[in-house]
Amino acid sequence: MELLVASAIGVLTAGGVYLILRLRAFPVILGLSLLSYAVNIFLVSTGRLAINAPPILNKYADVPYTDPLPQALVLTAIVISFGMTAVLVMFALGAYLEAGDDSIDMKEAEEKDDAA
Amino acid sequence: MTTQSSLLPIIALLPFLGALVPGIMIRAGRTATATFTAVPTVLALVMLGTLAPGVMDGTVYTMSIPWLPQMGLEVAFFLDGLGLMFACMILGVGLLITLYARYYLSGEDPVGQFYTYLLLFQGAMLGIVISDNILLLLIFWELTSLSSFLLIGYWKHLPEGRQGARMALTVTGAGGLAMIGGMLILGNVAGSYNLTDILAAGDAIKASDWYTPAVILILLGAFTKSAQFPFHFWLPHAMAAPTPVSAYLHSATMVKAGVFLMARMWPALSGTELWFYAVATTGLVTMVIAAVIALFKDDLKGLLAFSTVSHLGLLTMLLGFGTEAAAIAAVFHILNHLTFKAALFMTAGIIDHEAHTRDIKRLGGLAKLMPITAVIGTVAALSMAGIPLFNGFLSKEMMLEEASHTYWWENPWIVPALATFGALFSVAYSLRFIFHVFGGPVRDDYPSKPHDPPAGMWLSPAFLCIFVVLIGVAPFLAEDVVNMAATAVTGHETHAHLKIWHGVTPALYMSIAAVAGGAVLLLLHRPLDAAWIKAGPFYAKAVFDAVIAGCVRLSRAISDTLHDGSISRYLAIFTAATVAVGYVAFMRGEIAPPTRDLLPIPPVVAVGWVLLVCATAVIVLQHHMRYRALVVLGVIGLMISAGFIYISAPDLALTQISVETVTIMLLLLALHFLPKTTPQENTAGRRALDGVIAVAAGVGVAALSFAFMTRDFSSISDFHLANSYKGGGGTNVVNVILVDFRGYDTYGEIIVLGIAGLVIFALMEALLSGPAGARLRNSGYNFDRSHDRHPLMMVIATRVMMPIALMVGVYIFLRGHNQPGGGFVAGLVFSIALLMQYMASGFGWTSRRQQFEYHAMIGWGVVIAGLTGMGAWLSGTPFLTSAFGYVHLPPIEEFELATAALFDLGVFLCVLGAVMLMLYSLSRMARHAGETVNTEPMDYDPSRPRKMVEKGKA
Repeated sequence: MELLVASAIGVLTAGGVYLILRLRAFPVILGLSLLSYAVNIFLVSTGRLAINAPPILNKYADVPYTDPLPQALVLTAIVISFGMTAVLVMFALGAYLEAGDDSIDMKEAEEKDDAA
Repeated sequence: MTTQSSLLPIIALLPFLGALVPGIMIRAGRTATATFTAVPTVLALVMLGTLAPGVMDGTVYTMSIPWLPQMGLEVAFFLDGLGLMFACMILGVGLLITLYARYYLSGEDPVGQFYTYLLLFQGAMLGIVISDNILLLLIFWELTSLSSFLLIGYWKHLPEGRQGARMALTVTGAGGLAMIGGMLILGNVAGSYNLTDILAAGDAIKASDWYTPAVILILLGAFTKSAQFPFHFWLPHAMAAPTPVSAYLHSATMVKAGVFLMARMWPALSGTELWFYAVATTGLVTMVIAAVIALFKDDLKGLLAFSTVSHLGLLTMLLGFGTEAAAIAAVFHILNHLTFKAALFMTAGIIDHEAHTRDIKRLGGLAKLMPITAVIGTVAALSMAGIPLFNGFLSKEMMLEEASHTYWWENPWIVPALATFGALFSVAYSLRFIFHVFGGPVRDDYPSKPHDPPAGMWLSPAFLCIFVVLIGVAPFLAEDVVNMAATAVTGHETHAHLKIWHGVTPALYMSIAAVAGGAVLLLLHRPLDAAWIKAGPFYAKAVFDAVIAGCVRLSRAISDTLHDGSISRYLAIFTAATVAVGYVAFMRGEIAPPTRDLLPIPPVVAVGWVLLVCATAVIVLQHHMRYRALVVLGVIGLMISAGFIYISAPDLALTQISVETVTIMLLLLALHFLPKTTPQENTAGRRALDGVIAVAAGVGVAALSFAFMTRDFSSISDFHLANSYKGGGGTNVVNVILVDFRGYDTYGEIIVLGIAGLVIFALMEALLSGPAGARLRNSGYNFDRSHDRHPLMMVIATRVMMPIALMVGVYIFLRGHNQPGGGFVAGLVFSIALLMQYMASGFGWTSRRQQFEYHAMIGWGVVIAGLTGMGAWLSGTPFLTSAFGYVHLPPIEEFELATAALFDLGVFLCVLGAVMLMLYSLSRMARHAGETVNTEPMDYDPSRPRKMVEKGKA
């Protein structure tokens, strides 16, 4: 199980990194989404994996609980990463509409401006 | 004897608080602004006055408040003789300058700004002289550099002002940086950053290997600030400042900060060969060179600036001698120089103000036109020349006396000879100031007909001249003050006796030689001046400009190479470097063996894993087809949500799946306006390289997380599990952490989210009103739309689902404290319910029924969460401490009421408002692009045909 989770994190990270190295805004946003998935799972996994042990206290029985702290951190991280994605999308849209191009590298845009 | 005094921090704070007032009063006129500027100064002076008798008796007042005790930083003040003398000088002259500037500045100048800067500077300067902690002193030191930058550049429209301000900041700022290094060394050697401890550890410091670098670095700071050769050039350029600034900063206070520091550090650092040769030589060279240049300056303020440099050199030299008598002379001259130089600057300002020129060659004969000014100027200038019966004479005699028996490299005559030479030029330029400005015949070609200014303008310099004469005639009056300050400098009690007549001493001969020689020089001024101009004096500014230009070229070359605007390159380098650093760290460290057994892999999970990996692969390989990639992204989110359930994280699963929904909607909306495909731009080599980097990063992260998951370690989590119910009143530990244990974090996070929503809204506003908006209007986005945008089935279904969805949201919210759910998830569920309406029934129809502003929702969310947190203060507990109790109402089961639920309500509102505001802003774009707004809920109205038929019949 741990191997699956670790490899999933690895695959998501690799895919995310590859996409953020692209030249256009949209794949970069996709890549950042993949990276946020990876980071979130990674953070949750720092509490180690436990099956059938949600951190909901049971008044009647003494049962094991998984680590609640990383979960609390990740819960807000998920929501914040949505906010971040939204702001990035806004930037990408603004840049595209202003420059007519959603390239993220400044140099090419500048050269284009110079040429124009 | 040391006594605590809580007045000290108040004195230090007063000017800063006072600085706020003139800025606010900018419209109230010059008199009102000046009056309110004087208030904090007077208050501080009065407070100092109450402490002064104690200081005179040898008491040292201290006050210290810990700030960052781990770093040895505390807000510690102490007031001894030296500090008191300087503090009185700073505040006293500050008061005179406030009055003077009221009349000097014109009504068109932004006077409020001027006084604000002035008080800021005053506070910073005051802080330097009463700081007991050298780190605190450094902060004030830098503040003086910054505030003097503002003051020098006060007349923003003058290029000289701006350049002078920049130069002053560059030179003093660079010196300040060096001094930080020196002070840190000093603090480390002495084992404390408290000045009192450092001064007591003088012997240990001098014996340390680090003494030499510490002295050099600290001296760099002091020399740049006090304009010592070769850093003297900034001071004359700073004369572009309004004259009140020059009189205050460049004669009385800021340039004395370096001298003050040398005096302050005197017990700890002085008395070594290094100190003598570095400080005394620099001072001597500065004194002579600046005095020579001053004689050939035609600008009144330029002359005074170089004369100030020369006198600062004199002070530096005296402190460098390292003897007690020299220290006494230095302290006395600090006092005397302040009185006559500030008066002279103000006189120069008056002349400039009245005659509209400061060029000595265009002046002359002013004695008859402005007699009061002439008297003030003459008295002060005679003191500067060192003529008997004026205070400048006394300290100059003491200086010459000290110089007369100082050996430099075993040479007995070089110091006295050079000192006399400097004094000779000093006499010459002082006499020139008198004779070439006030003497001579009245001319008829002044740019403006000069006459004496209003009393407000000459009162300040006249007041200083009273001291010039009083101390000059009856020097014993200053004895107590000088002894008080000199005791503080040297560290043991001094008993100086100040007299006019010392008998026939070498100093007397030197003085006579200087006065006679100076008079001769003045007579020869015309031919000498011509020769000077012909020789083409060397301008330090050219060197400075060349150095700065070189630095700019260098940094531009570096930054242009590194920052070439290719973000993908930065990211590639960043990722590769991170992986490499992680690898190196891993290879160097040791890792404990795994302690946990691996969990089994059920087949369903394996299927989910395969789906996730395949989806990622599809996105990476097919990301050029943007819609496809987006849809597949949803698969990943879904798998992760399912995975969260499996690994016992139900709250995360709920949040992930709802965030997933809104994210995909957001990206779909955005994609409507973006190109639908990504062009293939990278070369195959580049793609391969990126692939290698990506795989390396992935393998690294996977290995790291695997290592993490297979080992046990202790954490603080058990505390939360143990206290969740007892302390937080909830059984859902994750939710209790969010709203209670780590409530402050959550509070910050909802604010961030709210800000993100507002940022998007604001960006969209700006975007739509700019050229992008025009582009959008002219684009054809609205043509490729569906013919049935609001299908009947969907409209009906979403209406039916709306109350159910809201009910689910409420349920999730209410049970959040004890079961999976809570404000975050509920906010997301609500926004999805609303979004369904927007999608199905259209923007116009829905927003007409939408009664709440989303901005307000964010605001209320933050306010409710904040007020809930503050409510804890009422019961005397810290911010966000929660309270809870259980209520039993007969028909319902026992339920819990917790303030945490109220906090969660804030979270809920903020999340809902932010998410909706984001999507709402994006959809506004569509309307801007020409999307029609539907007023009817459906494109196809089932009731319409019948109406049409009826209409047709009628």
